[in-house]
Amino acid sequence: MSFDVESIRKDFPIFETRMHGKPLTYLDSAASAQKPRAVLDAMSDFYGSHYANIHRGVYQLSAEATIRYEEVRERVARFIGAPDPREVIFVRNATEAINLVARTHGEQEIEAGDEIVITTMEHHANIVPWQMLAERNGAVLRVAEIDDDGVLDIDHLVSLLGPRTKLLAFAEVSNALGTINPVRRLTDIARERGIVTLVDGAQAVPHQPVDVAALGCDFYAFSGHKVFGPSGAGVLHGRLPLLDAMPPFLGGGDMIESVSFEGTTFAPVPQKFEAGTPDIASVIGFGAAVDYLESIGMDRIAAHEQSLLAYATERLAEVPGLRIVGTAKEKAAVISFVLEDVHPHDIGTVLDGEGIAIRAGHHCAQPLMKRMGVPATARASFSLYNTRADADRLVDALQKTVEIFR
Amino acid sequence: MDDLRELYQATILDHNKKPRNFRVLEDANREADGRNPLCGDELTLYARVSDDGRVEEVTFQGTGCAISKASASLMTDFVKGKTLAEVEADFDRFHRLVTSSPSTPAETDGLGKLEVFAGVREYPMRVKCASLSWHALRAALDDEGQVAKTE
Repeated sequence: MSFDVESIRKDFPIFETRMHGKPLTYLDSAASAQKPRAVLDAMSDFYGSHYANIHRGVYQLSAEATIRYEEVRERVARFIGAPDPREVIFVRNATEAINLVARTHGEQEIEAGDEIVITTMEHHANIVPWQMLAERNGAVLRVAEIDDDGVLDIDHLVSLLGPRTKLLAFAEVSNALGTINPVRRLTDIARERGIVTLVDGAQAVPHQPVDVAALGCDFYAFSGHKVFGPSGAGVLHGRLPLLDAMPPFLGGGDMIESVSFEGTTFAPVPQKFEAGTPDIASVIGFGAAVDYLESIGMDRIAAHEQSLLAYATERLAEVPGLRIVGTAKEKAAVISFVLEDVHPHDIGTVLDGEGIAIRAGHHCAQPLMKRMGVPATARASFSLYNTRADADRLVDALQKTVEIFR
Repeated sequence: MDDLRELYQATILDHNKKPRNFRVLEDANREADGRNPLCGDELTLYARVSDDGRVEEVTFQGTGCAISKASASLMTDFVKGKTLAEVEADFDRFHRLVTSSPSTPAETDGLGKLEVFAGVREYPMRVKCASLSWHALRAALDDEGQVAKTE
């Protein structure tokens, strides 16, 4: 069966809206993805016909809501290759997932003088929580270098690993450059040395099949809103023995076994990490997004995006003065670029006038921008609903930009 | 496209390409950094203020978009020779211009060349770009060595 992008576009109501009188060309899915009707319908149906709080009521409505919520956990576990649904913790987003690990596993297992290794290409969400942890407990943050193409320098990374290294955290796919890191190779290197790994999968899950068991990581974090689900639902995957050993994150209802004023015992995972009423409807919507993606097939989505990436990269070379930042061989469909003498913000404004949505700025990766020698870039990111015509419109609008600023 | 020409007027494009007073002021007695945390734009504002409170010289350095660079360039030309009180009044007028509703007539009285920034009113996301240098100037003139942020 061929990949029918036109029929996929019809599943996304946003493409019926117009921007400045022009059709919407949405090239900012790396920031957040648009939502298929199936997700909107699932949430509306849940609120309209099945809503109640979960894990609480003895009445049928609450029992059913609980079953639906827990079913999503099972579906997500299957979707990412997690051997046990209890390894799937629902959080708000990848940022919260990483902070959860830093605040629990990090506080408990990492001590003054211990080392945490990250890479230059990390999103602020995979830098700042570790910096904050290091500030609190005297640990040391070390950063693996990348080359001019935006490829991780694995030799340098290995040279940073020592007896005090307790944790290695890195992105599977760079949000700003698109670089795909060799996750399995890195987790093998870490495991041989007894180092715990956390993979930021925020930019990988929407674009390619993910199997956490095959990746061999200890923790895997991602956001539902980048995977065509609603904002407010994200996932932390952790290996069960690690999760069991971790102290709770937030205290409150739903995460306890028994509470008295003398002390509290905590619920087993995953409830231990899900204090308070979660964003139930967003989790339900996220489940619908997973079903939607499985109905298309992640392999086919990846192939579609790789073909778009090759086409757009080739066409962008026609724009005078355009330079692509991030030229790794293994890349997701993210293209960061700069235009000679035109600031990314001005590019963004001109493109907006043409109905084209791109990201302009530092992409929450300021240290990476500094390494690549640019204050900011413009970034076009492609997704399952993008077409070659989108890439053509981008190129035309960039030609226009060059003309205005000539 | 018409809207865009309204925003990117010839004067703005010219000052973006050839920013005036774009240098470090060696004998500055006031200085402040301006940062737009949202986009990473950064500029440093240098001023020499006379004992009787007049801006004798003002220059800037940094990186930013066309709007922020042209705004800094035109601003430095505009406030040179003015008293601190006059500059403060200019800041208010400029701020009112770029933040007023696009459906009302633009009040450009007393703003001279700076009236080219009226087009920014149509682009709320770009108001901070236009006002970054003004915030930095105010910080430089108020207290020395402050970092001005638009957030």
